[in-house]
Amino acid sequence: MNAAQSTAASRSFWLGFALLAGLILLVFPVLLDSFRLNLVGRYLTYAFVAVGLVLCWGYGGILSLGQGVFFGLGGYCLAMFLKLESSTPEATAIQSTPGIPDFMDWNQITALPWFWEPFNYLPVALIAVLVVPAVFAYVIGVAMFKRRVSGVYFAIITQAIAAIMTILIIGQQGYTGGINGITDLRTLLGWDIRSESAKTILYFVNAVLLLGALVLARWILTSKLGRILVAMRGKEDRVRFSGYSVANFKIFIFCVAAAMSGVGGAMFTLQFGFMSPSFVGIVPSIEMVIFAAVGGRLSILGAVYGALIVNWAKSALSEAFPELWLFAMGALFIAVVMAFPNGLAGLYSVYVAPIFPRIRAWAQRTRGMAPSATSASAPPLAEPEVSNAR
Amino acid sequence: MFDGYTLGELGSILAMQGFAGLTLFSVFVLMALGLAIIFGQMGVINMAHGEFMILGAYVTYVVSTVFADFMPALFGSYFFLAMALAFVTAGALGALVEWAMIRHLYHRPLDTLLATWGLSLIMQQVFRSVFGAREVGVTLPDWLMGSFQLTDLIEVPINGLFVMALTFLIALGVYLILFRSRWGNQSRAVVQNRAMAGAVGIDTGRMDRMTFALGCGIAGVAGSAFTMIGSTGPTAGQLYIVDTFLVVVFGGAQSLLGTIASAFVISQSQSTMEFFLSGSMAKVLTLLTVVVILMLRPQGLFSLKLRR
Repeated sequence: MNAAQSTAASRSFWLGFALLAGLILLVFPVLLDSFRLNLVGRYLTYAFVAVGLVLCWGYGGILSLGQGVFFGLGGYCLAMFLKLESSTPEATAIQSTPGIPDFMDWNQITALPWFWEPFNYLPVALIAVLVVPAVFAYVIGVAMFKRRVSGVYFAIITQAIAAIMTILIIGQQGYTGGINGITDLRTLLGWDIRSESAKTILYFVNAVLLLGALVLARWILTSKLGRILVAMRGKEDRVRFSGYSVANFKIFIFCVAAAMSGVGGAMFTLQFGFMSPSFVGIVPSIEMVIFAAVGGRLSILGAVYGALIVNWAKSALSEAFPELWLFAMGALFIAVVMAFPNGLAGLYSVYVAPIFPRIRAWAQRTRGMAPSATSASAPPLAEPEVSNAR
Repeated sequence: MFDGYTLGELGSILAMQGFAGLTLFSVFVLMALGLAIIFGQMGVINMAHGEFMILGAYVTYVVSTVFADFMPALFGSYFFLAMALAFVTAGALGALVEWAMIRHLYHRPLDTLLATWGLSLIMQQVFRSVFGAREVGVTLPDWLMGSFQLTDLIEVPINGLFVMALTFLIALGVYLILFRSRWGNQSRAVVQNRAMAGAVGIDTGRMDRMTFALGCGIAGVAGSAFTMIGSTGPTAGQLYIVDTFLVVVFGGAQSLLGTIASAFVISQSQSTMEFFLSGSMAKVLTLLTVVVILMLRPQGLFSLKLRR
């Protein structure tokens, strides 16, 4: 890609970024009532996972079917802090052991387990939201990528990990809250997170964090590291023989994706006041992949739209025709793979994007000026190399 | 954890759990055989494999209801017809799916995974719409009820024995088809070197379709056998899919023997631990062990030494 193209790509990314920012920071809050806005906030927490998946699946070529695990880990880290905050000895005086979370008391646990202790402190919990998923991803990544496990094997094993995690959380209900998860979270440092104003504020926090994640992802992709990722996806062996440690790059991008998912999970916990194993298992994890696939597996902006649109369709359809939803979801999986593998971003670059230079050329012609060479050539998509991706 | 059991009792427990494990083993082998053909031989990830199994189970259910309503005299033998029908139905659907979907995606294994996941969602919803969300059970013929009393403490259910015998026969059949028949020879040739197989006159596209259909058909039979020991619900397939994939991967994807061995190890350890721990922890420990072993030895227990 030459310099002119890359500036054009950069311009079109930031334009798209500004549009998205306007949409979630201005249009949604103005147009939607608080209930719908809250729903959008929920979809945006999934967008973190989708953006992470674009990084590691679209660019790194690593399909993880266990992103729900990281979403859950991030969510649980914050939920544990919030639960401990609401489980003061005064608030839980009716329990046989006051001062521990209610579900522990129901399960005849009399003292706080050791791994809950650090979550008495907010800074620890906030760091854990990022670090715990990343470290977990690091362990998985080192074990797998160093041994050159990739492709479908990696997908199957991450899926198994998601299954194990769900069974574990549900089975150990004394320590994790079981199938209900950690519920009834009310305050963050005394601030009532269930009030209307708090929900609105949290929506904006969520949106800004998501935009931050997008900037980070864009920065990673435009750096040399992003180039190496794309090269790796194309011809892994050549990159390896050129002297790069392929495994380390994969581990890194997998950890970044995991940390992003963790932030999404934490924001979910904050906005909805609970976290449960229903976000961890196989089904939610693979649904998160479809958000990225629908948006376009090579477009970080597309991933956000994918998360928004798929989830919006899910709520709309499952409210109106509950039977139809699984059919629609199944058809979506098949269609997005078979008919438009690059998702909405791919459709955009093929059908919508070429219109702009034509309009510009037309406008210039009507003003009686010859179109310049640069404006006539079609600007590439926000991200490079969309057309020949697998 | 062994408090309060005498040695004899412990032995009996182990024997009984071992038998329960053998039944689980049969189910795993039946499911994994089909998957070993599709995934191991063709390299296609079929996430809808569990649903093909459930399809076979529902076919069996339908046949048993038809027999009970119209031909009560022949009820004792409905199972054999049901099994054949399950094989044909699942196999035919498999061939259709291969033609419509899978053949376009052979070079994109991860995409196949997503597309077949979509297929599994659709099939689940079809099952739910047709048969209802509740689990259905099949009435067993009289000769499959009851159990043998081996000792005072050990008794062996007949339906379990039947499923085991069935598993053995099917595994033998798959072996004969794949390794002793002309068709199997061609199928393996296509897998190993597609271009060369085509060059010597094998219709590779047709071979792919038949192989895929065979794998799906075996899944259908597995579902049919499954009705002997458990009830069937629309989402039952999804419960087994992860276990089955782990069985196949753990055994070394290309090796049928490895698949059977790993099904044995996984089912035995799970059912033995189940008695002493809670069911969920037994499952967690088993799966975790498998995943850790796979991280240490990604090629699985039995791997073919191939030059790529």
